[in-house]
Amino acid sequence: MASGTDNSAEYISHHLTNLVYGRLPDGTWGIAQTAVEVDAMGFMSINVDSMIWSTGLGMIFLLMFGMAARKATAGIPPGWQNFVEMVVEFIDDNVRSIFTYSNTMIAPLALTIFVWVFLMNLMDLVPVDWIPSLAYAAGIPYMKIVPTTDPNITLGLALGVFLLVIYFSIARKGLGGFLGELLFHPFGKWAAPVNLVLEGVTLLAKPISLGLRLFGNLYAGEMIFILIALMYTGGLVLGIFGGVLQWAWAVFHVLIITLQAGIFAVLAVVYLAQAHDVESEH
Amino acid sequence: MELVYLAASLMMGLGAIGAAIGVGILGGKFMEGVARQPELLPMLRTQLFIILGLVDAVPMIAVGISLYLIFALAG
Repeated sequence: MASGTDNSAEYISHHLTNLVYGRLPDGTWGIAQTAVEVDAMGFMSINVDSMIWSTGLGMIFLLMFGMAARKATAGIPPGWQNFVEMVVEFIDDNVRSIFTYSNTMIAPLALTIFVWVFLMNLMDLVPVDWIPSLAYAAGIPYMKIVPTTDPNITLGLALGVFLLVIYFSIARKGLGGFLGELLFHPFGKWAAPVNLVLEGVTLLAKPISLGLRLFGNLYAGEMIFILIALMYTGGLVLGIFGGVLQWAWAVFHVLIITLQAGIFAVLAVVYLAQAHDVESEH
Repeated sequence: MELVYLAASLMMGLGAIGAAIGVGILGGKFMEGVARQPELLPMLRTQLFIILGLVDAVPMIAVGISLYLIFALAG
């Protein structure tokens, strides 16, 4: 076992702890060295590893796709450009079939969400011990490389979509229209408090379910990878069996991570399309 | 502490029951739709996978949390 832990519970919780920067118990600011210190920090802390990996992967996405766009030729597309065109076309087709209004921001947004979330999910396929044990050797106590197994990242993404939904609702229908939708919608204007509760729950459920779905799936996947990695300590037969299991789960996971990235992007577009929907009389 | 195992197995089992019923209905309707209108197959397949991902999420989350309960909390 890479980090010298002696039982499975410690190994698992080591893999599930973020590298956190915040106020230490003695009053100074720094990186937490133990899980107890992480708990003591509370709200005033930041998950350094999630931030670094997610912004890094976002930059990789921008660089790679920007490179393809700058070098684009109208003739026979070379390999990478071909791939980028395929992805862009896939997103474009999907957005066109869901989003029927005119807004030039939606398709690029969907493309960014799809590729970025996909890249963050893809880190899940890196064997769970490689980068944390490298980091441990370099003196970094914790390193969680899959940003989407951190609820802060997924709920942050969902919050971004939610703010856009509210912005476009107000921009499209006016503040009165937006509030009117919240207050007068299912039962007419005499039941405004009931309507507000119902519509408010519907509105708030969108970002929460969006973020938690992605987080839950990736967290569960990562958890299973960690449990399979535990099998390597159980001798030769169990180790070989673990290797087969890891391969099989990784193959299945390729489907899951693409599907979840696609669902996140598609649902974001659906919510934004609903925000553009000017209410017709029922 | 033994109750943790019971809770985890209930989570996994009940989640799997719900998802199995859901996927069964989904697959049956998909087959029906394709049999009626085979030319819609590509479009239906895309939608099938999207909904499959939505249904699949719930038991997978339950499995992840229950494995955490079994191995990290009780183990």
